[in-house]
Formats: sequence, structure tokens, C-alpha cells
Amino acid sequence: MADYPLTAAAIKSEFKRVGIHFVVALPDRVTSHYLLKGILADPDFHVVQVCKEDEGISICSGLYASGHKSVFMMQYTGFLDSINAIRGVAVEGHFPVCMVVGLLGKEPDVAPTKSKKYGVKIIEPILDVMGIEHHLIERDSDANQIGAVIEKSFATSSPSAILIGREPR
Amino acid sequence: MMKRDEMLKAFTRRRKDEIVVAVYTAAQEITHIQPNDLNYTFVGAMGQGSSHALGLALGRPDKKIVVFDGDGSLLMNLGSLVTIANQAPKNYIHCLCENGCYETNGSVLTPRSGQIRFAELAKTAGYRKTYEISDLAEWERELPNILQSEGPIFITLKVEPGEAYPENFPRLYSIEHREKFRQTLAKS
Repeated sequence: MADYPLTAAAIKSEFKRVGIHFVVALPDRVTSHYLLKGILADPDFHVVQVCKEDEGISICSGLYASGHKSVFMMQYTGFLDSINAIRGVAVEGHFPVCMVVGLLGKEPDVAPTKSKKYGVKIIEPILDVMGIEHHLIERDSDANQIGAVIEKSFATSSPSAILIGREPR
Repeated sequence: MMKRDEMLKAFTRRRKDEIVVAVYTAAQEITHIQPNDLNYTFVGAMGQGSSHALGLALGRPDKKIVVFDGDGSLLMNLGSLVTIANQAPKNYIHCLCENGCYETNGSVLTPRSGQIRFAELAKTAGYRKTYEISDLAEWERELPNILQSEGPIFITLKVEPGEAYPENFPRLYSIEHREKFRQTLAKS
């Protein structure tokens, strides 16, 4: 594990550093095993498990309106499934929804747009066309950006996407 | 069957400092019947009212949240019943304005219009208490109890259109009103 490039601990500690208590989530195969299960077992976090991803966009928005920062963990398939809520609530409604999106099937160290997996390949272009800032996380050195991305999202009241490019362990 | 605006007026006579989350026609009406900085109408996409309300309920467990949802809206987000019941917020009151149609979109009937027992779905999902109310006098009689009980509570309200109120979608989704809501809530 010592040489493994991305750890769940690095991501979790960034969440804590910027005061995230609420984590809204629907299990994503990339992040479930180490990151989400670790968060579920950590009393510093309150996990809101949802049945479908568009719920999560709105729950994060309600949390923001009541004075809380949160993040929303999902698989890229859930991102695609909830595009209208992201459009109407997060983008047009200017709610700072911070999405942590697992890119299931992305090849290690390959840019998402160069992936052979169609669903992965289209994620960044969709985010670009929607004007949503995004950052790819594949190593612990990338994970250091997560806190700043979340803080910027809340400072500017706009959504952001943290793309998880390999399983954090 | 109740006139929806009369049902809302009866609620506003009992309202203290509750947050109200309202969608579509109920949202248009509540902003006219009782303008209030704690009216939350910024749901942004159909079906999302109950989920915004859950975020508010978790974020402010000291405040009662009253949702005026629609049956067409809830049908788009039925899983939210399970999500809400799983979190079991004690301050969550989920009122479903059942009119059997997509009123804002031309009053086309919903699938299985009038034949779904939404309160039974909520009960099965795990809501603490459920009601089905179709009479204004009964609504007025039950309201004090509903507003004081521990949630999550679900109430099916059988409604039909009452007086017509002007539509103002820009007001419903106004960022300025949303920020005012945040500021008012932060102080209350």
C-alpha cells in the first residue's frame, strides 16, 4: 500500500480540513470500498445515503441554504443520470454542489477524454459545456487540491466536480 | 376535496416560524398568500422539493420544515420517501397536494391518477405518521397536532384549484430571494 498512488485517507483528510461534516452518497464502485466505507465508519461525518443521484444535488443545496458545506459522492453514471438537476439546481440556481465523481473503468494515468470507455470520455466535455469547474484526482499530490476546490465552490456559489480517476485505497 | 389556496390559507393562520418548501402551483400561491423570507421555492427541477427540504431539515434540526409537494413531482422522486425515512428527521412534515394531474403543464392526468395511496407508500417507506385529508375542516382540526408531532410525517391533501394567482417563475427561482432566505434563516 505504501507505493499506491492515491489513498482514501488523503481525500478524507481534505474533506475534514475544510469542515465537511455532511457527505451525501450513492455507492460508486471506484470509491465505495475504501473511501465511502471509511467515511461511514467515521463519527466526524454524517452520511446521507440517497436512492438516486438527483436527490443528492438537492439535499446538498438544502444543506447549503441552512449554512452547511457538504460533498456529494457518486459514480459518473449517476452524474449523467442527474444532468437536469445539476443544470437547474446547481448551475442555474447557483448552488455550490461539490460532486465527487468516480470514473469507473478509466485506465490509470490516461486522460479521461482519451479513455476507451465512452461514458468516461464524455464527462469532461459535458462539464465544460455546462461551465462546471473540474479537477482530476489520481494521486495523493492531486488530492491536496480538493479542499481548495471545495472552498472555491462555496466562495463563488457555483458547482464543481472532483473526478476520481482511480480507486483510492 | 379542498381548494388548494384555502388549504394553504388555513396553514398560514397556524404558521409560526416554520420553513415552508413549496413546489409549482403551491409555490406560486404561497408567495402571494403569505410572503415570507422563510418561503423556500428554489427547487430548480421537477421532483426535487422533498430533497431540498431534507437538506434543510438536517441542517437546521431546530426548525420545523413543512413541504408542500405535488403528486406529479413526488412520482418523479419516489425514492426520496425512503431517503427521508432513513434519515428520520423529527422536524420534517411532508404535505402532498394531490390533484391527480400535472397542473402546471396543461393538467394532463398523472399515471394511475387518483388511484395511488401515497400515504401508504410513505408509511411503508418508514414515515413515523401518515394522514389522508380531503376536507378543509379536518385539515384545520388536525393542523395543531401535525405541527407539534415528531416527524417525519406525511399528509396526503386531496386538493383542486381554487382562486387563480399570477405565475411568477423568476420569483420562485430568484437568487436574490434565495440569499435573503439564507440570511433570514441564519438569524432565526
